[in-house]
Amino acid sequence: MIVLLIYIAIFVAAYVLVKFVARKATTDYASLKTVTFGDESAVVPNRFASVISILTIFLLWAAFTGSSLVPSFLHAPGPFIGDATFTYTAEADGVAPDDATVTVRVFEVGNDAEDPVVDPGDGWAKNDVDTIGAWRSGLIRVDDNDEYGRDQGHVVTAINGTPIEPGGSVETDYGRVGMSPKGTLNFEPSKGWQMEPIWLPAPEAVLARLSEIASDGYRDSTLWEHLGYSLFRVIVGFFFGALVGIPLGYAMGLSDWFRGWFDPIVEFMRPVPPLALIPLVIIWAGIGEVGKIILLFLAALWIMAIAARSGVSGVAISKVHAAYSLGASKWQIMRHVIVPNSLPEIFTGARVAMGVCWGTVVAAELVAAEKGAGMMIMVASKFQLTDIVIMGIILIGVIGFGIDILMRYAERLLVPWKGRV
Amino acid sequence: MSGLTIENVSMRFDLPNGTSVQALKDVSLDIKEGELMSVLGPSGCGKTTLLNILAGFLAPTEGRITLNGHPVKGPDAERGMVFQQGALFEWMNVRDNVSFGPRMAGKRERDWGANVDHLLDVVGLRDFKEKAVYELSGGMQQRVALARCLANDPDVILMDEPLGALDALTREKMQGLVLRLWKETGKTIILITHSVEEALLLGERLLVMAPRPGRIHEEYRLPFADEGVGRDLREVKKNPEFGQKREEILGMIWNMEEEIMGRTEAAQ
Ligand SMILES: Nc1ncnc2c1ncn2[C@@H]1O[C@H](COP(=O)(O)OP(=O)(O)OP(=O)(O)O)[C@@H](O)[C@H]1O
Ligand SMILES: [Mg+2]
Repeated sequence: MIVLLIYIAIFVAAYVLVKFVARKATTDYASLKTVTFGDESAVVPNRFASVISILTIFLLWAAFTGSSLVPSFLHAPGPFIGDATFTYTAEADGVAPDDATVTVRVFEVGNDAEDPVVDPGDGWAKNDVDTIGAWRSGLIRVDDNDEYGRDQGHVVTAINGTPIEPGGSVETDYGRVGMSPKGTLNFEPSKGWQMEPIWLPAPEAVLARLSEIASDGYRDSTLWEHLGYSLFRVIVGFFFGALVGIPLGYAMGLSDWFRGWFDPIVEFMRPVPPLALIPLVIIWAGIGEVGKIILLFLAALWIMAIAARSGVSGVAISKVHAAYSLGASKWQIMRHVIVPNSLPEIFTGARVAMGVCWGTVVAAELVAAEKGAGMMIMVASKFQLTDIVIMGIILIGVIGFGIDILMRYAERLLVPWKGRV
Repeated sequence: MSGLTIENVSMRFDLPNGTSVQALKDVSLDIKEGELMSVLGPSGCGKTTLLNILAGFLAPTEGRITLNGHPVKGPDAERGMVFQQGALFEWMNVRDNVSFGPRMAGKRERDWGANVDHLLDVVGLRDFKEKAVYELSGGMQQRVALARCLANDPDVILMDEPLGALDALTREKMQGLVLRLWKETGKTIILITHSVEEALLLGERLLVMAPRPGRIHEEYRLPFADEGVGRDLREVKKNPEFGQKREEILGMIWNMEEEIMGRTEAAQ
């Protein structure tokens, strides 16, 4: 909740700041337009916003993990570390109630900690000591060293003077003191706002893990092998999907028989998410490469067939007519008019298919694989290696994004007329 | 037997709902080689249908078309077509568009290169050869379409409102260009237009068609096209005879439109 509020605050503050600074600077064509609302061409991404957005995410991530990459004044309050104290009031049969102090040394998990040394104090209730790791909690049996134990009716009635009952709890400056139904105290040092590394490791931990895995590998394969295998499957699956799908789409666009024959199949398969095919493909082809490639082939096939089909049907009839009256044969019209005319659609389809394939391969590797990006994060998650999981997710995102950028680049290069007609 | 002959052509579109539209009824026409004919008529009178039949994109339900003595059965390089919107191929640059016909015929560049470059000069696009067609203005695109058609050296050029989408000034320049090309190349040209002035300027013969069913209503032989070659077309328009003909034809089409409206009102 607080994170969301901070995020919104940064969003608004950055907007105000950038608009204020950049107001006079821009004089390009779009800035001279007076009607921008609803004009799609006037809404280009603001680069400042993109940069600040990414920085904000890293900043929040670093701040809430106590990262050493950002100065400590930006850190969100961390968990309490140090010696926490509270007093308890105990009653026992036949004696007056007595107070004693509990001192708990809260230490960073991974470091060694020794019990703090305190004076037992006077009265029949003696002062206690214990150690608890940060973000953990622990039972504190205060009656163990007291002169009257449970068999003499020892009960704790108050913490820091606040009454407490079995099942209840009292907030202290250092954390929460709770009482179990049977009357045993437990102490949970305050956790602060930061995330425990096991939930969300700091950026530098992820980075360190990345360089470690990049040099040493993970599960008998190098990082590049894992990513390479995923990419290889996507490329091979997509390649065969396009190889079959595009001619199929052309046939459907050009012949009523093909259209009639394959329409039900394509229209049926299109809404089936490729993920739903994973179990069937595993049954049929196992978890090896063949199964994965069949899956990706199927994922790409329908998308490419539909893209090619609409590319063919989308050709302006006047262009075909023009080509005919210029003396072109059917085959020439196919080659010089219909195919180039369908390329923009096919590229759009290819971009979608690549995205779907990449998502599908990761999912398939999550289910079963020996190598691959998805397998890497799945295995890591079983061992609670959150840093590997996050690293894997980031790498998967970066690669997916990279694929799309490449496809867009190829598109600009090969079909520069797209969207310009 | 040279020239284009249209014999008793009728065209009926059977609609899916069981009714049918008689787009053309019993149209007969002889067009001599090298004639420049413009076609006028209210919207929906079958002009485009007639042109599509001449181009070979549609087969008439009755009648036949012959060009230079042989029947027209389908589209062919002998009959070139210029559309209202260029119908250019965006994936080719200007020069590749213009040389499309010869290239499809399997000719080599040394056979067509000089002619294509000459045509690009004629339509004033010499400096735009390598440009992508989507980077050109509407008027330039239309000139590319014209050059593309001419590069293929057809016997007949069919134009369906080729200048309809252009602004007045560009349009006037293009009209001059069409006249000049007609005189220089001696091609048979059939041009559909919605502008009476354009029809008068670009028609040795002017055909006025009437709707429902589409048929030839009136035919004129006009001197203005010959007069206009190589001259400022505004001078031609000042000719009192020109104004008189314009009024006459405008009135005729106006009456037809009235009649259509009247008929639809009566039907309601
Ligand atoms: N493919 C078709 N199917 C059904 N009816 C058609 C078809 N093409 C044309 N028609 C009908 O034939 C008639 C003539 O159409 P056409 O397009 O030839 O008119 P036009 O004279 O070119 O009109 P405009 O000046 O508006 O272009 C119209 O009534 C039209 O509805
Ligand atoms: Mg028309």
